[in-house]
Amino acid sequence: MSEIDEIVGEFLVESYENLDRFDEDLLALERDPGDTGVISSIFRTIHTVKGTAGFFAFDRLGELAHVAENLLGRLREGELAVNEEIASALLVTGDTLRQMLGTIEETGEEGDEDTAALMATLKCLHAGDAADSAEATTPSTGDDAAPSPDEVPAATSDTHGDDDEDQGCDDPALDEPIASPRAGNGGEDDVNPKLGELLIGEGETTPEAVALAAYEQDLGDNRRIGEILVDQGQTTTDAVDKAVEVQGNDSGRSLSDSSIRVDVGLLDELMNLVGELVLARNQIVQLVGEEQDSHYAGASQRLNLITTELQEGVMKTRMQPIGNVWNKLPRVVRDLSLSCGKQVRLVMEGQETELDKTIIEAIKDPLTHLVRNAVDHGIELPEQRIAAGKPEEGQLTLRAFHEGGQVNIEILDDGGGIDPHALKQKAIAKRVITAEQAASMTDREAVNLIFAAGFSTAEEVTSVSGRGVGMDVVRTNIERIGGTVDVQSEQGQGTACKVKIPLTLAIVPALMVTSGQSRFAIPQLSLIELVRLEGEEARKGIELVHGAPVHRLRGRLLPIVDLAGELGRGAPETREAVNIVVLQADGQSFGLVVDAIQDTEEIVVKPLGSHLKEADLFSGATIMGDGRVALILDVLGIAERARVVTETTERSGATEDLGDIVDERHVERRTLLLVGIGDDRRAAIALSDVERLEEFASASIEFGNGDEVVQYRDDILPLVRLADALGVGGYSMDVPEQLDVVVNRVDGRMVGIVVGSILDIVEQDVDLRDGDAGRSVLGSAIIQGRVTDVVDIDAVVMRNDPARMGAYAGV
Amino acid sequence: MATPIQYCTFSLAHLTFGIEVDRVQEVMRSRDLTEVPLANDVVEGLINLRGQIVTALDLRRRLELPPRDPQAPPPMNIVVRTASGELSLLVDAIGDVVDADEATFEGPPETLDGVARELITGTYKLDDRLLLVLDTERAVQLPAPV
Repeated sequence: MSEIDEIVGEFLVESYENLDRFDEDLLALERDPGDTGVISSIFRTIHTVKGTAGFFAFDRLGELAHVAENLLGRLREGELAVNEEIASALLVTGDTLRQMLGTIEETGEEGDEDTAALMATLKCLHAGDAADSAEATTPSTGDDAAPSPDEVPAATSDTHGDDDEDQGCDDPALDEPIASPRAGNGGEDDVNPKLGELLIGEGETTPEAVALAAYEQDLGDNRRIGEILVDQGQTTTDAVDKAVEVQGNDSGRSLSDSSIRVDVGLLDELMNLVGELVLARNQIVQLVGEEQDSHYAGASQRLNLITTELQEGVMKTRMQPIGNVWNKLPRVVRDLSLSCGKQVRLVMEGQETELDKTIIEAIKDPLTHLVRNAVDHGIELPEQRIAAGKPEEGQLTLRAFHEGGQVNIEILDDGGGIDPHALKQKAIAKRVITAEQAASMTDREAVNLIFAAGFSTAEEVTSVSGRGVGMDVVRTNIERIGGTVDVQSEQGQGTACKVKIPLTLAIVPALMVTSGQSRFAIPQLSLIELVRLEGEEARKGIELVHGAPVHRLRGRLLPIVDLAGELGRGAPETREAVNIVVLQADGQSFGLVVDAIQDTEEIVVKPLGSHLKEADLFSGATIMGDGRVALILDVLGIAERARVVTETTERSGATEDLGDIVDERHVERRTLLLVGIGDDRRAAIALSDVERLEEFASASIEFGNGDEVVQYRDDILPLVRLADALGVGGYSMDVPEQLDVVVNRVDGRMVGIVVGSILDIVEQDVDLRDGDAGRSVLGSAIIQGRVTDVVDIDAVVMRNDPARMGAYAGV
Repeated sequence: MATPIQYCTFSLAHLTFGIEVDRVQEVMRSRDLTEVPLANDVVEGLINLRGQIVTALDLRRRLELPPRDPQAPPPMNIVVRTASGELSLLVDAIGDVVDADEATFEGPPETLDGVARELITGTYKLDDRLLLVLDTERAVQLPAPV
């Protein structure tokens, strides 16, 4: 079936419903002629039919509706009073409209019902009483206001005109050969549309070929008409199969019988009840497990199965094919490509992929946006394409498929792609990222900058060659429903936009965790991994950088958020084991420390009442197997509250502040990293200088340019021994297996400071005395009751050997 | 007004309150509550009402009455229908449904002060006590956090 047929189907269902109401309203109006509300309702019904009929070029239908509307218009204005005659005429109109709709439903086109007499009656009624009053009144009843009686025959003859015969929606090629066999179809005939007609209607073959094939049958050919056509090369097997399917569908129940419209609210309610039933089932199954009675067991087994099937069934009622959203896209692409002077072919795969109605609604706009962007910015102008050795016509592919309990939607274009460098420049100019961040960004990360908030306005992004009109909004909308969006681009080859969204919002897999006495659910979509630190690790695994707790996870600093702390309960001082749930929010990952991790469960998501709107830590609640309520954590909300999402920007801001602090050199509140050097000495490094804390095996030290370096994040990290730099001499002869290294960033370059040990982080007022630039010390202060040198990192690095540092300028 | 208004009565501390009967959906014994961290003080938690999650409000705290004696029996739930959906009000004990006589209606008593006075539409003088009529819609509005 083509998409047009689907829309026509919707129109039919809607019109049938409207007409049913039309009858009721008319009857009510007859009882109470003065009820203007009812007149308006009737008027609207007919107006809708007229409008939609016009849209599909069902001209005769529209014409009848138009005449009826004129009459109703006068009723509405109070210029005519409803009498029996008018009511009857209108009711007959309703019947005729229904009959015409029936013909459309059967054949896909308007039949040739005789409406002339009815229209004449309506026009007479319209004009009749108007003779005394209407001439003087406003012409507001429409173009046909107050027609003179001689107009009536003119209009009537017009409906008989041959021009109207073929105003079907499908194909102007339809002509006499098919019009004639259908002539007898009054709407009541139960004859299925013939295969030949269907094929002609779909433009798969010609009327002549069908006539020829039919002639062969008459001559005694026993093959079916489809086979004959295929054998003669007049059509394809696919087309015939499709037509046979359509034929089969049409012979079944009519559309209004086989589908009903149901309020989504009712489905939600059903969903709730089923959720509750699932819980009751769980309890019963649990109870039966304790009993020995086999009858019980059998009954509960059945209950179990039926409940599961019911749950699936109810879920299905809310599922819709994604094609429902895509149907509108060809038009969008066509219009936009025309206005841009581009040639775009739209290919859609996996239209039948189903997902929850609420999600369909939610992705409609983001999807349209992505498609518009692909046409607008992705695919190049024909001349450019030819110059680049590509076909003139660009291809835009939409693909949808299920994978891992998620729906994947891909929007692929074969256009120019995104230039990551240009994008970086723009992002730096717009202060979305710093130059340093840009330097350490991979191309792939850079391409995803188009989603950064405040990155783009239309004009600027177009000049970059990129996308990005409101892309941050697209991402926000997709993440709101628990989805993710990712862009991959190859310059010159095209761009792929990959959207992953959950199948349904109603039931999601979640990880259950506890904090204190409470259980919480974390949607699995934001979950990356689980980390458990035990024993020594539990005490040392979480360190403080800038006073913010972090964990070193495979060499990267993972910001840590304590759930108990976020919930305002105060984290326990020490834990025997630390459970970290690594989560992803807004493209950043962070670790959430919880008391215990339980298993994963499918949870039924329920909204929180209006009294909890401000609780931005929770996105909803669910009912657990034991009937108790558990809150669902809003991962993004927690990240925002704990400020882990914006951490990167804050940290770079802090670095800038350092200059002021150092220059002032007097009593100042500082956060310092305490390190041990040599045998029993201590030094402190301003934490704002510290980029990361790392451990390297002594064996991994290599020599570059004759100096100590290690390989670090695909780069070379020069090392400086703090003991040497401070001139405190010798680390002991036995070389430790692991070196503690404080990675600092000086003038945008990374340097590793090798220290004896990392002791602590303190925040206190520091009164510096006796600074000695010669010794690379800003000064000494009493920290934790001990005299501690505060290291001047810049001096350490420069003093060590400026030339050497320069050699790694790129690091 | 031929038909007298019926009130569902309940007690809080030493006071007797009434809510129009047709606002009350049901009355339940104490339920398992799930605490909501960082929510408004008046929000006591969430309860599972046949698969629907309903917010429970502590009326004592809303009316700024002294806190419930920990030794006292657990509070009862009155589930009311309000403009902001169904809510459960936690009260000390449930009383009878009484037919209030319009003639005995008066404004809020002078002796009542503070928040309670704002949330009371008036008083019925019953034979043995005063029935304070709770303005349900206002009572379920959360006060500004302290």
